[in-house]
Amino acid sequence: MSAEASVKYVTEIPEAEVERVAAWINSEEYKEKNFARTALVINPPHACQPLGAELAAHGFEGTLPFVHGSQGCASYYRSTFNRHFREPAPAVSDSMTEDGAVFGGQNNLHEALENAYVIYKPKMIAVFTSCMPEVIGDDLTAFIRNARNKAIVPEDYPVPYANTPSFNGSHIHGYDAMLVSILQTLTDKKQVEGRCTGKLNLIAGFDCNTGNYREYKRILKEFGIPYTFLADVSETFDSPLDGTYRPYPGGTKLEDAADSINGKATITVAPYSTAKTFTWIKDNYSGVHASLPTPFGIAKTDALLLKLSELFGKPVPASLKAERGNAVDAMTDAHQYMHGKKFALYGDPDYLLGYVSFLLEMGARPWHILCSKGTKKVEKELQALLDSSPDGKGCKIYINKDLWHMRSLLMTDPVDAMIGDTHGKFAARDAGIPLFRFGFPVFDRVNLHRHPLIGYQGAINMVSTICNKFIEIRDETCDDRHFEMMR
Amino acid sequence: MSELKKKVEGITKESTQAMIDHAMEIYPDKAKKKRAPHLAPNEGEGACVKSNRKTIPGIMSARGCAYAGAKGVVWGPIRDMVHVSHGPVGCGWYSWGTRRNLMTGINGVNQFAMQFTSDFQEKDIVYGGDKKLKTLLAEAHDLFPLAKGISVLSECPVGLIGDDINSVAKVASVELDIPVIPCNCEGFRGVSQSLGHHISNDTIRDHIIGTREFAEPASPYDIALIGDYNIGGDVWSVKPLLEEIGLNVKAVWTGDGELEKIAATHTVKLNLIHCYRSMNYMCRVMEEKYGIPWLEFNFFGPTKIRESLRKIADHFDDVIKEKVEAAIAKYDPIMQAVIDEYRPRLEGKTVMLYVGGLRPRHTVNAYADLGMTVVGSGYEFAHGDDYERTSPEMPEATVIYDDASEHELEEFVNELRPDLVGSGIKEKYLFQKMGIPFRQMHSWDYSGPYHAYNGFPVFARDVDMAINSPTWKLVKAPF
Repeated sequence: MSAEASVKYVTEIPEAEVERVAAWINSEEYKEKNFARTALVINPPHACQPLGAELAAHGFEGTLPFVHGSQGCASYYRSTFNRHFREPAPAVSDSMTEDGAVFGGQNNLHEALENAYVIYKPKMIAVFTSCMPEVIGDDLTAFIRNARNKAIVPEDYPVPYANTPSFNGSHIHGYDAMLVSILQTLTDKKQVEGRCTGKLNLIAGFDCNTGNYREYKRILKEFGIPYTFLADVSETFDSPLDGTYRPYPGGTKLEDAADSINGKATITVAPYSTAKTFTWIKDNYSGVHASLPTPFGIAKTDALLLKLSELFGKPVPASLKAERGNAVDAMTDAHQYMHGKKFALYGDPDYLLGYVSFLLEMGARPWHILCSKGTKKVEKELQALLDSSPDGKGCKIYINKDLWHMRSLLMTDPVDAMIGDTHGKFAARDAGIPLFRFGFPVFDRVNLHRHPLIGYQGAINMVSTICNKFIEIRDETCDDRHFEMMR
Repeated sequence: MSELKKKVEGITKESTQAMIDHAMEIYPDKAKKKRAPHLAPNEGEGACVKSNRKTIPGIMSARGCAYAGAKGVVWGPIRDMVHVSHGPVGCGWYSWGTRRNLMTGINGVNQFAMQFTSDFQEKDIVYGGDKKLKTLLAEAHDLFPLAKGISVLSECPVGLIGDDINSVAKVASVELDIPVIPCNCEGFRGVSQSLGHHISNDTIRDHIIGTREFAEPASPYDIALIGDYNIGGDVWSVKPLLEEIGLNVKAVWTGDGELEKIAATHTVKLNLIHCYRSMNYMCRVMEEKYGIPWLEFNFFGPTKIRESLRKIADHFDDVIKEKVEAAIAKYDPIMQAVIDEYRPRLEGKTVMLYVGGLRPRHTVNAYADLGMTVVGSGYEFAHGDDYERTSPEMPEATVIYDDASEHELEEFVNELRPDLVGSGIKEKYLFQKMGIPFRQMHSWDYSGPYHAYNGFPVFARDVDMAINSPTWKLVKAPF
């Protein structure tokens, strides 16, 4: 071979080849290849544990989330919340670098605790880990005990900490790990024999819809049930613009959280993102404990209200009964726009179960259900829901698949719409279907997190959003003869 | 268009130093000692602050990591490659579509703005991820046959567990017959994104540059556009302008970039570098190895664009010089119309900046074109040479900050009460809550382009919109 022949030139891919591949990736053949993947993960719609840990930390009064690990991690988590809520998300990291890998992260953790405690004056510092300390095996228990011994933080100052390795589980598991640690820390030695606060403790789980939190509170107010909302991010991530920056604008009061161990009842409405927390609560909290599905749609909301009624010996208030009727009215008025429509769904287990339940109530078909970080248990529960309705027939569940799998599903077995988060917008566009952004995160629409999805009000919101979009599509795409005054 | 204002009423060396001292009062002694050299009044020349040092643990820095610099900045924007975030799922997820380096092409076909990850699990940490990497590289090639190459961007665990991505990549490169580039950009390396840029530049040097040549004959007007990442379409504003003045833009590093064109950049006649911080390394390599000169330029605002165009013309013959003058003559009146529209609404307003690579200095004059003055500026991850280039641009004695903490920024903004803050997403809502207008200056706040003549009208409109939005009048309740 001559020297010249060995020169490699810049090449252009022929247009026909681009077209061929563009068609091929939509094919059944491609789908099979795509589903045969064993190592490469493409467009997974879930994040890592520490993100969830930070959310749980933000849910408590005066609490500073603290990342033990590389500083870039903290910047990523903060930016994610900034973008979704369009709110500040103050958090620190202890900026571990190469020397941390050699000597461990104790020096970084101590220096950071000292600085964060003095500069940002938090009432609690919630420590959680990113990859580096997890891989090198840092001992958080010892590090934090040593920090107290060195008087970096006072002896009785709350420093809950959680191991949240990113190579295990997803953001919902980090949420769970941080939350249980915060509750363990705050309730330590606070249980008083015979004391009952008379209050309900409510846990919403990894939920980034501040409207949902407010809706739960409104429901409890209607009932007249006193409550402590644990990990309440509603004020943290929906705070007023009035000319003053408040680093800690909301969150559950620490004393209320401490006293929650003496509660009359504790309910989690997110069994999958609070599994560990709930197990621990069952073993340690006074009162009654209940784990209920996230109340999306009528039946799941009914279940919550009935449970509240049962636990507190109060009838469901007339106002909520009327609201139920309003929601059923709204759903019935709109049913013709959703009945029989096929949906693709993806998200965290608690939300997914909610979507499925709601869609089946509308006579819609949750056709592709994808959980990128799921278990046999969630699969079984989803299947049971599908089996409970004729509209569940033919619907399929995909556990531990990603949005590139979803794209293949959309292209080979089309549906009418997708429910998920912003990350699905590319697949939805390719498939020419609308994407309803009920999940997390939402980076490309404004104020959606202020619109509740739970409860009867949430059902009205979901049905209106979905049906009006379908009607809008009809208006935009129909020919002139079919462009009508009424829809 | 305007001269830079060199003095700001009320700002003296003493007043700025007093403001800095006040901001640091709250710090523990050790933190105070470490932070002090990073904050200073502008001295007009030289680097007046210390930089490129470790972030102080616990001070709420805005910095990212080496991985962010590699994935988000240098490699990620190359459109025709698969970029694998090698390690756990998070890093790739957070950096998925969050920089706004726009791309041409069909997603998943010949353009790959997606999140590819090896999604490390516990077992990969225990047994190593090399095998998984080998398999996933083959899968990527199989599913995305038009991808011209694959980058493997290491996340923290990879370097800690002793995986050898270099040998996996080498073997895969041969087996798949496409470049597979290993990039050891673990987030714990170095002090900021900056090392990620450097490591990425080194991998381009070692694996890419010089491996291709342009098929068409060379011309004396062949240039490469370096360090423009096509945020909000910047490259699509810059490239046509460079072409209008007669230059052939043979490759773009790396906004909307194409691997093989980058590989052939060693044949151009001049490298034009926009973001000095992230890519001066490669310019120096190409200068030393291939004798290609490089030139820094600034395409923010008509004054600097005009100045830069003439600087560029100096490197070429009269053909280019004439075209440059023709372009200036054509665009000057258009820019003047933009200024006439917005300047009356912005005259005398002040700005504080805290951004990344080059914007804390490059945009100063664009604000001046609109009658505004920058009264504080700083960088997340700059080096001494960046601050040397910043001092002459900034007014006397204004505050310069390096790796500023949120507390410091809050204090400075409280003291100076600028009419606009230009910084990042983590700062945005803090200052808006304070009632201070804000624009994200990393992402152009979902707008853009801001570069070149097509960008300035957008920039001017956005600055005006931020400052003069009627919503600011509603902040104080009447009760």
